[in-house]
Formats: sequence, structure tokens, C-alpha cells
Amino acid sequence: MAYPANYRYTKEHEWVEVKGDVAAIGITDYAQHELGDVVFVELPKVGAKIEAGKTFGTVESVKAVSDIYAPASGEVVEANDVLHNTPEKINTDPHGAGWLIKVRLANPAEISGLMDAAAYEAYIASQSKEASA
Amino acid sequence: MESVTTPPITELRKTALNAVHRRLGAKMVNFGGWDMPVEYPASGGLVAEHRAVRSSVGVFDVSHMGDIRIRSGPTHGGALAAVQHVSMNDASKLAIGQAHYSAMLYPEGTFVDDVIVHRLGEDDYLLVINAGTREKDVNWVRENTKGFDCVVQDLSDAYTQLAIQGPCAQELLQKLTDANLAVIKNYWFTHGAVCGLKNTLIARTGYTGEDGFEIYVPSDAATSEMVWNKVMEAGAEFGIIPCGLGARNTLRLESKMALYGHEISDKINVWEAGLDRYCKMEKGDFIGHAALERAKVAGVTRALVGLEMVDRGIARDEYCCCNESGEVIGVVTSGSPSPTLCKNIALAYVPPTMTALGTPIYVQIRTQKCKAQVVATPFYKRPKKTVAPQAAANV
Repeated sequence: MAYPANYRYTKEHEWVEVKGDVAAIGITDYAQHELGDVVFVELPKVGAKIEAGKTFGTVESVKAVSDIYAPASGEVVEANDVLHNTPEKINTDPHGAGWLIKVRLANPAEISGLMDAAAYEAYIASQSKEASA
Repeated sequence: MESVTTPPITELRKTALNAVHRRLGAKMVNFGGWDMPVEYPASGGLVAEHRAVRSSVGVFDVSHMGDIRIRSGPTHGGALAAVQHVSMNDASKLAIGQAHYSAMLYPEGTFVDDVIVHRLGEDDYLLVINAGTREKDVNWVRENTKGFDCVVQDLSDAYTQLAIQGPCAQELLQKLTDANLAVIKNYWFTHGAVCGLKNTLIARTGYTGEDGFEIYVPSDAATSEMVWNKVMEAGAEFGIIPCGLGARNTLRLESKMALYGHEISDKINVWEAGLDRYCKMEKGDFIGHAALERAKVAGVTRALVGLEMVDRGIARDEYCCCNESGEVIGVVTSGSPSPTLCKNIALAYVPPTMTALGTPIYVQIRTQKCKAQVVATPFYKRPKKTVAPQAAANV
């Protein structure tokens, strides 16, 4: 699956798509693949504050629990609550319908510190190499 | 900054089928020092594997399991006496060709490991043990059978063990063997040619709660791969898929089968684990007997129960259990979504006063206390098979 060029990425495998001062956040294709079939998500409520680098939610597969880290700080303006009943969207469309939350950015400059698609692809390639070594 | 001493990197152990798993694109994990497949995403992953076993058939590489053979020395009966001494079930009740679930205990009545004891011959037993406890178990058996006239052999590396599990397992395996599988009852075994390999141990055992067989073939890579491939070919018509440790865990959990280090350990005794029916106190002395007698009188302070989540949330291994007022009263030993029941289930130790069906238990999931309730176990029981007339005639 291609990594959208207009998104930014974290080392913890979250993506961010910024439109104006609002950022949509999700987990990457690599992350959903590592996790396996997603069966459960826990998301913050609208109005909650999230802080860059801190966990704001959880995605669980049958086997594993994965904390989701905030790529940037801000206030939650929307949560993708349909995932409660259809968590598998995270597997089938991680970069689209599987988005987790939308956040009004407190400090848009934080985004510039994240990886672009090329850098992220290089990063996961090095991760896979490490894992199979 | 001072550097911390890093522990020595020990090489992960591999089964003879390691290359096969990697070729299939399995997600590999370190399981008790073994490089094992946890799931095979290319053929559908954990949930598909779980469903294949419940509805049709799946195959597991369980060669990481260990095998200890105990045979008598010159004196007849030495092996039986040794097995009786180190395990809690009554091996004198086993016929040749029969197996049973048992456990080896510490003098405290807690678990060294759980085992399947097979009676291979008059004075000949095979104990199948867990991967993570192999060395400990072998040492334990050697150490504690010194006074008996028996020979203890560690055969763990001699076998590739495949578990073929599911309602179609018999039909599949029958295509590969001359042994009549229809007459083998649950927890019995036979020897027969499998894929041309003579005298292969074929046991109607497993760790999935489903019908199925475990076969033991020579552990060289060529033979192991040949058998694996033949099983996959023979299973194609049933939609067989390879299954990993992930599905093995959810399958055994639904069937409430204990996992060492979780439901049973060196800190938990037989009564607490609720394994009374596999512990034969009346058979005479064995390691752990005296402590268990005392423990029976004293009564248990915790008991293993099945939980089903009422609130949204998945209970996981080692999460705390609380009562309604929020006090910690127990711990989850295994917890997972159940692919068969589509519910979130768990096994947990709680006080004996909280074991009644329907008792509310609150599981601490991250920052929240999520409601669960005690339910009947096993969570899943396979439908009773109606014996086919042909099979019945052969009995």
C-alpha cells in the first residue's frame, strides 16, 4: 500500500494529514499489518486534549494491544466512532476510512518535525531488516 | 553514561519447519526461546486460522514441545513406579495405546509443568511437555527418578510434531496413513505408516478443544517438510491453512485448557487450578501429595473462573480484577477476544466466594474498571459427533 505523499509520519507508525489547522490522525499500513486483525479501538472524546508524544488511545488485535501516540498536540474535534463497530476498517483502509481522530492543532510547527512519506518508507524498510536479522 | 551489562544474546531455537514458516510469510515471535509462527497473514491470519480449526481443519507445527521417554530397567514395573512418583494422574490406569492429561508437581503441590502421558508399551511411557520448560522438566524427571529402575531419555529433538486439528482432521489424515483412524478414541494413539514413514506415532490429542491428531515424525528438515507438504496437499480439499501460536492460544482458551505460566505455575496448586479430576490422591504417594493433602484441609484462597466482558473492553493477561468497591481481588491469567463466540473472554483467579455464575467482576483495563461476569466454562464445547455407521461397525 502506498504512503500518501501529503501525509506526515511518526516513528510509532501514526500518520497525520493536515488541512488548515485540523489534523486527521491514524495508524499506518505497516502498523495495521504488524498488529493483525483489529478488533477493538479506544478513542478520546471530542473536546479531549492530546499532547505530542503521549498516548491518546488504543488499538487492539486479537493478540496484541497497541498504544497510539499523538503526533502533535491539540484538541479533539472529531472521533471516528464508527470504528467501534467496524474496527476492521483500520485493516482495510488504514490511510482513509480507518482514520482515528481529528485534532485542532495547538502548535502546527510540531508537524514539520515528522517524517515525510519517503523518509517513513526508508524507516520501515530498516525496521523490517532489523526484525528479520 | 555507564553502560549496562547486556545479557548474552542467545540464539533462538528453530524447529525443522522454520524455513517453511518463513517462506509462507508467517509472523514469527520468540516463544519460550523458540522462533515460532504466531500467525500466517498470507492465508488469512489468526482469526481465519481459528475458524478453520473450528469448522474444518488446520495444521500446527508444535515441534517445540518436548518429549521424555521413561522405560523400565531390568526390573519390570520400574517405569510405571517412576511415572507415578513424578506425575499426579494415575498412570496404572493407562492401557497400552492410551494417553492422559497429567502434571508434574513440586513438593509444595504447585506445578513443574503439565504433561500428556502416553503408555507406549508394557514398561514404556512418553511424556509430552511444554517448550519453555523443556530443560527444567528433563532435569526434574532425571533427578526425581534416580531411585527407580528406569531409563530416562530426552527425545525432544528427535521429533517433528504436527497437530492436525479440526472436524475434518480424521478424513484428511486417513488419506496419508494405513492405520484405521476411525477406531482411535480421544486420548488414544496408535502406530502406523504416515506418508510412507513406518511406525509413526499417531495420537488423537490436541490443544484446541476440537477433534484432531498429533503425529510425531523424524525431525530432519527433509522428512519434516515432506510430511508438512503432504498434509497441506491432502487438506486442500478441506481448505486447510497453516495455524500459528496465536490461534493455538485462542482455541485452547475457549476450551479452558491451562497454559503453563498463566493458569498453572510454580505458585499455583492443583486445587486452585481446578484440575482435581486429573489428580489421583488415592493412587498412593507422589511428589506434591502431602502438600496437597494439607492444602485440601486448609481450603483454597483463590479459584480459577471464566469471565465474559459486559462492558466494552478486552481483558488481557495479568490485568487486575476488582470487586464492586474497587478493591483488587484477583488477576486475569489469560484474556482475549473469542473468535468463535465473538465475545471478550478471560480466565482469572478470584476469591472462592466470587465464583458463582453471574458474579460481577471488574477488570482494570488501563484507566478504567470494566465490568465482567463469571460464566460457565469451558466457553466453547465442540458439538457431539454422531458416530458414522461405518466407524461404529469398526469399533
